[in-house]
Amino acid sequence: MKTKLKGISYSKYGYLFSIPFVVAFLIFTLYPTIYTATLGFTDCRGVMGPDNYKFLDHPFEIFKSVLENDSFRLSLKNTIGIWVMNFFPQITIALLLTAWFTSHSNEIRCKGFFKVVFYMPNIITAATVAILFKALFSYPTGPVNDLLVSTGLRDSSYYFATNKTAARLIVAFIQFWTWYGNTMIVLISGVLGISPDIYEAAEIDGANGVQTFFRITIPNLKTVLLYTLITSLVGGLNMFDIPFLFLNGGPDRATLTTSVYIYNQAFAGSYLYNKAAAASMVMWVIIALCSAVLFFVMRDKDQIKLDKELKKAKKEAKRVAKGGADQWQW
Amino acid sequence: MAVVNKKASTYAFKIIAYTFCLLLTILSLFPFVIMIVNSTRSTGEIQSHAISFIPGSNLKANWNVLMGRGFDPFAGFRHSLIISVGSTACNVYFSTMTAFALVAYDWKLRKPFFTVIMAVLMIPAQVTSIGFYQFMYKIHWTNNYLPLILPAIAAPATVFFMRQYMIPSLPMEILQSARIDGAGEFRIFNQIVLPMMKPAMATQAIFSFVMSWNQLFMPQILITDMEKYTMPQMVSLLNGDAYRTEYGSVYLGLFLTVVPILIAYFILSKYIIEGVALGGVKG
Repeated sequence: MKTKLKGISYSKYGYLFSIPFVVAFLIFTLYPTIYTATLGFTDCRGVMGPDNYKFLDHPFEIFKSVLENDSFRLSLKNTIGIWVMNFFPQITIALLLTAWFTSHSNEIRCKGFFKVVFYMPNIITAATVAILFKALFSYPTGPVNDLLVSTGLRDSSYYFATNKTAARLIVAFIQFWTWYGNTMIVLISGVLGISPDIYEAAEIDGANGVQTFFRITIPNLKTVLLYTLITSLVGGLNMFDIPFLFLNGGPDRATLTTSVYIYNQAFAGSYLYNKAAAASMVMWVIIALCSAVLFFVMRDKDQIKLDKELKKAKKEAKRVAKGGADQWQW
Repeated sequence: MAVVNKKASTYAFKIIAYTFCLLLTILSLFPFVIMIVNSTRSTGEIQSHAISFIPGSNLKANWNVLMGRGFDPFAGFRHSLIISVGSTACNVYFSTMTAFALVAYDWKLRKPFFTVIMAVLMIPAQVTSIGFYQFMYKIHWTNNYLPLILPAIAAPATVFFMRQYMIPSLPMEILQSARIDGAGEFRIFNQIVLPMMKPAMATQAIFSFVMSWNQLFMPQILITDMEKYTMPQMVSLLNGDAYRTEYGSVYLGLFLTVVPILIAYFILSKYIIEGVALGGVKG
């Protein structure tokens, strides 16, 4: 039966079924990427339309000016700073909850309920979340101020939106609040993927919960942790909705992230498309480097091993064929 | 003695763990509770005490103010629905098709093609938005929903997920027997493969839908006509001067944008949580 079917080649269907993806990819991803990269070398700006631009005499002029630009540097610093402020509490709490929710000795009830509640903020539109938090932290009579004053923690209301550190912390907090549930669920599923035999062996050897967590769970979670780190970093580098709607990058550029910077350069009235394109490409390179790291970690290790062995076997076969039968017999 | 100690420490652990989880639960729910209650209260009431768990009687007045000043959640809802349904359908159908090409057929460029998909998996569309916008401007596709729908045909992350799911769950013997019965390859895909991939497609559909529904950046640069605003863009109107002093109306507007998502979430939460877990391990 098999030989009969082998007569017909089905390989063309592989190409045929990939056509929609390839076409859409070329049009909507590859071309815009090249276009963006090109625009960074031109004088494309203003409202007269995208056809009236030419290449600059000094091709790297715009890139240089963007990299030296005070606002861009600040926005990069803000983006990374806010990401760090959100990521470390997030991963810590997610790990803690993971340890509790996967503990064999101390079963926690209502896990399903907690998971649903902790994940919920992640599914709500970020734009809604940003404006909701703006209302919550509003001055002088927002709910948070109401809480601070009525519990006696502060004598008077605090104007959160005028303090740089407070604004950054709130943006970081919103990011934390929307993502820790997601991270927790990813980590829990990572732990459930670890062989139960290891845990059983640890229990027999008399390891306690803390030891088990640090000696077994964490080392076995390495790949998942790295995946979380990099996806979170890439997401963080693109942070737009919350800083944009919360205080539009303010106060005094304290929550200006790179995405807000790019948006403001191109679409908020100044039409500096070339500058925005150059800044985008800088971000593109950073994100590409991040995903390259992940690519090398996540690639199918078994498959690579198999390929190597196959190659080796082929080489061996060649060598044997060349060397003659006596080698083979040995 | 040791047994007593262990019992005491278990007890302490439980108190700490449950207290902490309860605090986080409050943290997750508190903003939404405040939002719902305040949407029924007047500006004056909110100004004197912003935290209250007793609903007010101002819901109708807030509604009238909200609707009178440009905020139209139903239009936003409709537009976002068109975009999200369209892009989700494209995403799921064509990603499954691409995964099928990668799994079922042995073709020369299969491996390099998959490597390319892996390589661009993480690059977000946002970083190439300037070129994308200029391109759309050139072909007069701004203020059009197509550039928000069609790019979903090429969704590397979904293809990756579908491929991982398809490899163990699609027996090649079924394809062979379908061929013997005279089915064409396209029919095999539509009538045999698609039904078998339903669970994975459902998971991906939920996430694709939510992503598309919630996105702000792309619509914000492409859709400038207020008549065509999507839901997140509608939300951003609540940030404007028109609602500066209308606290109750802002809360009500936010609430209206959240209702459909919350309902969908509580119906589908089991699948969503499972999907997040699955994506984390595989993706």
